[in-house]
Amino acid sequence: MFEYFNIVLLEIYKILFLLVPVLVSVAMIVWLDRRIWAFVQKRRGPNVVGPFGLLQSLADALKYIFKEIIIPASSNKIIFILAPIVTMTLALIAWAVIPFSETHVLANINVGILYLFAVSSLGVYGIIMGGWASNSKYPFLGAIRSAAQMVSYEVSIGIIIINVLLCVGSLNLNDIVLAQKKIWFIIPLFPMFVIFFISALAETNRPPFDLPEAEAELVAGYQTEYSGMMYAMFWLGEYANILLMCAMGSILFLGGWLPPVEIFPFNLIPGALWLIFKILLLFILFALVKAIVPRYRYDQLMKLGWKIFLPFSLIWVVITASYLFYFNLLPTI
Amino acid sequence: MLAHAIFFYTFSFIAIISAIMLTVSKNTVHSVFFLILDFISISCLFIMIGAEFIGMMMLIVYVGAVAVLFLFVVMMLNVTQQENQWFISTKSSTHLPVGLLISLVIFFELIVVIGGWKFKPDLVTSMSLSINQNITNTHSLGNVIYTDYIHIFQLSGMILLVAMIGAIVLTFRQRSGVKRQSYFKQISREKSEGVKLVDVERNKGVNLDD
Repeated sequence: MFEYFNIVLLEIYKILFLLVPVLVSVAMIVWLDRRIWAFVQKRRGPNVVGPFGLLQSLADALKYIFKEIIIPASSNKIIFILAPIVTMTLALIAWAVIPFSETHVLANINVGILYLFAVSSLGVYGIIMGGWASNSKYPFLGAIRSAAQMVSYEVSIGIIIINVLLCVGSLNLNDIVLAQKKIWFIIPLFPMFVIFFISALAETNRPPFDLPEAEAELVAGYQTEYSGMMYAMFWLGEYANILLMCAMGSILFLGGWLPPVEIFPFNLIPGALWLIFKILLLFILFALVKAIVPRYRYDQLMKLGWKIFLPFSLIWVVITASYLFYFNLLPTI
Repeated sequence: MLAHAIFFYTFSFIAIISAIMLTVSKNTVHSVFFLILDFISISCLFIMIGAEFIGMMMLIVYVGAVAVLFLFVVMMLNVTQQENQWFISTKSSTHLPVGLLISLVIFFELIVVIGGWKFKPDLVTSMSLSINQNITNTHSLGNVIYTDYIHIFQLSGMILLVAMIGAIVLTFRQRSGVKRQSYFKQISREKSEGVKLVDVERNKGVNLDD
């Protein structure tokens, strides 16, 4: 009996050791996002609370905690409360399989990439639940838009993952990283990386694909009726998802925890730092896109997903597979 | 083994309870959510017996895609409250005999399956393939599906394709009077053909052609 107790305690310790940094970095990343956004538009951005405004997100979080939670009278209360919890939980449980080095991973499972894909595809439920349970027009419209958008872009992400898996021959995330020892997949599969990046923007409802919460049309989309801590949970979940997508991109294409070259000054830096550095790099790209690109129209978004990305990534699967087969490079078990 | 048992009974309890709630709950959207919970706990059970690939595929395909569309339809149709449920109302329902028949058939099938497994254990071993423990079950599935059962696999793919084309054909309608956006046309517009200077006669106006 005590044996189990010890195992459970150890796992809880590991989970806390992973979750607390993730949550802190989510708060920091919100600040970074707003700062970059401001710099591009020649504004100052949040610079008052703490040095360089670093504590702005904490101040915001404090404000949200002390605000009143309003539950609309005509809402479906249980689902209304469950929705932000689902979003937040799903955004956090996916971190269990992210490898920070060859040994530093919470759960080194054989189907790691499928788990990531499954969890990110479940993320749509938080939004649908929130939109439906609010029992109001704007949230519902936002939720429906978001469901269609996320389901569409998942398809192309899935096919991009197949491209990578063809080169690796394993679904384990650590194997995917180790397969990039010679060359990062961003070089042979560069078009796929671009499509993955754009699909990740759409999957996380980031601008220019933030149609579910397009403020000019839908007030705030599915978040309209939420307030206080519940709104903050949606917001945290959203940014945790963005970080997760960046982590997924850096594992699939940028070599995860591998240093760029295996020579002296680079291989001294631990793998976790390299992964964090790559995640940050991708996130800065995300933030720049938000600042630069105007919002897409909804039919253009659907057209891009189904008529351009899906056929293109399918063709690329054929090209990758034939190349690997012709030059006898297919991975063996 | 204790932890294994605890997890197994938790997941199967959740699966059974949510399956019951799925049929009993008044609100249709709640039913769909219980269906999703059922799918998730079943896929957890799949993972527990070591079929991690099938468990994950269940999550991705059923929960991530099928149930989303299901939920979509139920929400759009707005069938929130179901009146006249057979176990509440006094009116007899016509669904009852058909439902009873189907459940009887399923019950006998279950008896046959469990009976075969309980009283004739060699049936299972002779029917199932020998599994190599050293390779992951994604690899072993791939080894079987793409070699021995390739025709069945292709056939099921064809059936899915036919279903997909059928769905598109059924819902496709050519609407007249819709202006389509052509990126090529927009980009290749020149000033010379886009703008034209017209001398407007007084009290006549301009005749715009589209």
